[in-house]
Amino acid sequence: MAITRVIPVLLLKNSGLVKTLKFKDPKYVGDPLNAVKIFNEKEVDELILLDITATTENKKPQLELLKEIAGECFMPLTYGGGIKSSDEIKDILKVGVEKICLNSVAVENADMVKQSVRRYGSSTICVSIDVKKNFFGKQEIHTHSGKTNTKIDPLTFALQMDKLGVGELIINSIDRDGMMQGYDVELMKKITNAVNMPVIACGGAGTVAQMKEVIQQGGASAVAAGSMFVFHGKHRAVLISYPSQEEMESIFE
Amino acid sequence: MVIIIDYGLGNLGSIKNMLNKIGVNAEISGDPVVISSATKLILPGVGAFDNGMQNLTDLKLIEVLNKKVLEDKVPVLGICLGMQLMTRGSEEGNLLGLGWVDAVTIKFNSTDSERKFPIPHMGWEYVKAEKESLLLKEMYDKPRFYFVHSYYVKALRGDDVLISTDYNGEFVSGFEKNNILGVQFHPEKSHKFGMKLFKNFIENY
Repeated sequence: MAITRVIPVLLLKNSGLVKTLKFKDPKYVGDPLNAVKIFNEKEVDELILLDITATTENKKPQLELLKEIAGECFMPLTYGGGIKSSDEIKDILKVGVEKICLNSVAVENADMVKQSVRRYGSSTICVSIDVKKNFFGKQEIHTHSGKTNTKIDPLTFALQMDKLGVGELIINSIDRDGMMQGYDVELMKKITNAVNMPVIACGGAGTVAQMKEVIQQGGASAVAAGSMFVFHGKHRAVLISYPSQEEMESIFE
Repeated sequence: MVIIIDYGLGNLGSIKNMLNKIGVNAEISGDPVVISSATKLILPGVGAFDNGMQNLTDLKLIEVLNKKVLEDKVPVLGICLGMQLMTRGSEEGNLLGLGWVDAVTIKFNSTDSERKFPIPHMGWEYVKAEKESLLLKEMYDKPRFYFVHSYYVKALRGDDVLISTDYNGEFVSGFEKNNILGVQFHPEKSHKFGMKLFKNFIENY
């Protein structure tokens, strides 16, 4: 049985790292290269790096920066942001990134997803789904860093991605982003019950106990978190941390 | 010279990065002439089996690889798809494999289990050594490695099995048959454990 992965999610805005609250108010938390070096020393399971303004500002992935980051990253690295075509993925993989995370483009262009899976393999292509509750409590997929409401139902879309052969899903709750009050366990349960690929829970992590909850009750294959690994204390001082191997083992076993 | 074989598939940059980190200057090449000068070979690979075999054929690498590995006995380390290509063939495709080890590559069965074992098998696993080997010499305690795959190597001769891993049953995650070594996981993405394994491959073979 795979050891449950605990994955820091780093948000890139231009050349700096930020952390958001409900996908808003990006707060600067540091230099990406420096952060990756620290996470590497802490032997984290995996890293996800998302450029949150690339798509909305119509910019391409920052290949030079990605190359520098990948050179310091002796664990799997997933990149997302600003990817429009299947061709572009080749250049990103070439600099040393393992996995590609598709978001807005996956909603807009199913053919591109299909083609990418065929060219680079299921295990290289991951799709992230940003979910927000509407006024009536109905969950809807938002794209473009939460700015565009597609009104698409997350479960329907997850099943569609499963059919296209996507290797992994990241389910991110916009309402819980940065709140550190726990994951959306119910939504996770719904999706993990329906698809056969690994599903990563994201959005809301504040404690290791909440991670355990979404794994055991929500069926998550892996857990991702942002604030929990970059903020410390109630004043949200920037401090990079990661649970020790022993701490994680004692909780997840 | 350590040559990382470039046949258009796989994350060659990250293997080179890790080798750099342990002070080994490796060259990435898909040129039969360069490959024929290798003292050690690394056969990486991510992607589909038939793509891999087809690319090796198109680049005219099969002949030089057979000579280096089977006749000159140059040590070779296959990683992920690279390991699978060393078998006779795979359920994933129709083309014949390199056939350097007496085994086949088959797909994980995900339907027959009460617990859910998602495919691809993706993540870190503790691994078990099945025999003494210089590849695992002075390995750190509780070695864990990063896996990403949907197929695995089956029906290998017992004494060629080097490492096993449990995922919905035990499977062979590493083999060693004389100068031919393969690992299903990605040492280049497995922190100090991967560095140690590469260091052992470079220094002890």
